[in-house]
Amino acid sequence: MITPNSSPHPALARRVAIWLLQAFVAAVSFLVLLAVTLTIFGIHPKSALPAIADGAFGGWQYGHIYALSETIVEAVPLILTGLGTLVAWQAGMFSIGGEGQLLIGALTAMIVEHFVHHIPAPLITFLMLIASVIGGAVWGGIAGWLRTTRNVQEVISTIMLNYIALYLVGASVLGPLQEPSHSGPETAILPDPVLFAHLIPPAWTGGFTARLHTGVIIALLAVPLTALWLYRTRTGFALRLSGQNADAARTAGFSVDRVRLTAMIVSGALCGLAGSVQLLGVSARLDQQFSPGWGYSAIPVALMGGLTPGGTLISALFFGALTAGTNSAERTVGVPAVVADVLLATSVMAVVAIRAWRGRAQMASGGD
Amino acid sequence: MDATGLVASLSGSTARAATPLIFAASGEVLVQQSGVVNVGLEGILLSSAFAATIVTYTTHNPWFGLLAALITGGIMAAIFSAFTIYGAADQVVVGVVLNLFALGATGTLFRILFATHAAKTKELPFLFHTLPILTPCTTVAVAAAWYLLYKTRVGLEIRACGEKPSAAAASGVNVLRLRTIVTILGGVLAGAGGAFLSIGQNNAFAENMSAGRGFIALAIVTAGRWNPIGCLIAALVFGLSDALQFLGQAIGLDHYYRLLLKHLHLLAIAKHFNMNHVPYNLFLAVPYVVTLVILIGSSKSTRAPASLGKPYVRV
Repeated sequence: MITPNSSPHPALARRVAIWLLQAFVAAVSFLVLLAVTLTIFGIHPKSALPAIADGAFGGWQYGHIYALSETIVEAVPLILTGLGTLVAWQAGMFSIGGEGQLLIGALTAMIVEHFVHHIPAPLITFLMLIASVIGGAVWGGIAGWLRTTRNVQEVISTIMLNYIALYLVGASVLGPLQEPSHSGPETAILPDPVLFAHLIPPAWTGGFTARLHTGVIIALLAVPLTALWLYRTRTGFALRLSGQNADAARTAGFSVDRVRLTAMIVSGALCGLAGSVQLLGVSARLDQQFSPGWGYSAIPVALMGGLTPGGTLISALFFGALTAGTNSAERTVGVPAVVADVLLATSVMAVVAIRAWRGRAQMASGGD
Repeated sequence: MDATGLVASLSGSTARAATPLIFAASGEVLVQQSGVVNVGLEGILLSSAFAATIVTYTTHNPWFGLLAALITGGIMAAIFSAFTIYGAADQVVVGVVLNLFALGATGTLFRILFATHAAKTKELPFLFHTLPILTPCTTVAVAAAWYLLYKTRVGLEIRACGEKPSAAAASGVNVLRLRTIVTILGGVLAGAGGAFLSIGQNNAFAENMSAGRGFIALAIVTAGRWNPIGCLIAALVFGLSDALQFLGQAIGLDHYYRLLLKHLHLLAIAKHFNMNHVPYNLFLAVPYVVTLVILIGSSKSTRAPASLGKPYVRV
């Protein structure tokens, strides 16, 4: 019998080997899936695949640094909303509200900017980030409060809150927050000193402005912080236990309702933060088309990441690459960028199918 | 516009707004009574709306489009069933992913197929020039769902599957098969709702044209207390809230809003904040707010089928 003490290294090597094999199989099946999906939609994989790879990693039309910057820029909102989603889902709250929380985050940041635009720029940036966290937390908290006090299913309430947030943004950018000339449904462009700085000097990318911004640091910091909170604190333990077995959590003396409300507030805070990070790092202005659906994509991203912070980071980078790739392929060879959504959904369906099949196989063999 | 015209126009737009909700909800009542929550309803509405447009566009016959929508709804529901009923996967996870798949797939195909030309198609006929033919059909759907549920043996078996599937199985009901059949039937009914969106009241498809109606239908089932008649009433309330925004525009609400501001001496302040017009965008949010309010009022007191949302595993 092999105990961990007698031979740790072979066991570790074997685990790494299995993990690498799984990653390899996943990557190959994803490429096949990508090619098949493109073919089904009448796009030639032979011209589309190199174009997508170019947009994500560079080497053909774009330099590597520029393309990788695009990949990370696309991953940033998915990392933050993905973390937000996994916090809620791990607590057993099936929130689909990331999109609305993100929009409210961007909206509250914009409102705060409206009132404090005369103070020093770094302070404005800081206040906008704080405001978005509070705004998102309130929006997530509403769904959590409705569930815990009124038993309103969060699956439905979060969707309703998403649409309400969308139209609140719509009314604001045509009303109090509209740009000074009152011609378009959008806010004024934020002044440069308030925005996040670009991280890559233009000289490195041969003239193209690489969009990578300091907001990526916030997203990358949020990953270990969320992991620490979930796996190293009492609240995190209560949260995970409430999601896995609410009765056990109650027996252990935790208030499941309180834990779930907390989870929704933190989830909303993270998604709201994504809103101001996008505002300060990429779009610099708010309108109704602000988000292409990051809050919705966050769900498959978090699921593909196994609802863990580390997995979600990898999965967000992966789908960031896919988005950057299809975005650029849309410009160069006319592949509609929404194909990324199809792939995202199909991959998760495949994972769900494998899990369901495994679960049944386990049940059939009498395992637990 | 005079008062009679106003009432006629309001009831017309109420019925039209409620039509897809009634179709989707009367199917979903059966599905939920059997113990399954089809969270993929939104994706079913959207994909069947798209199928209706594609088939109508290619065959120039909206009836074929309707048929395609019904089949698409059934297929989507069958996929959902395969995962959740036979695979015992989580119904929320599969439903949410199915919705995202439908959103991505219809968006991609729509942009590829109609990149160069307009997506205008023929539409299903109107009765008396104004009433879409599918709208009166909703009463048949509601009556059939009610009759099936409460007046037939199958209805009893469906409700048994939702309350205590092990007992239903012990009395000889094939729980998994019955749940699957009911879920597919629910998908077909939602397919009719989807067809209404794209070819029933309209002549074109638009990206994400279901706009949360699948989730509103889920809310209607809760608010209607899992009874087809209750769902009909709830759907009409939602339809009315949706129709009110047309009313606001019809009576020239903006004029009255400005009169009120003037009366309260707030016009200058409102103008300073660029709020001197009625924010019509907020009206668009009204159906979603109403959904939330009704859910708040109805979720606590109603009693859902005991095994709602729980996968049944044969032992």
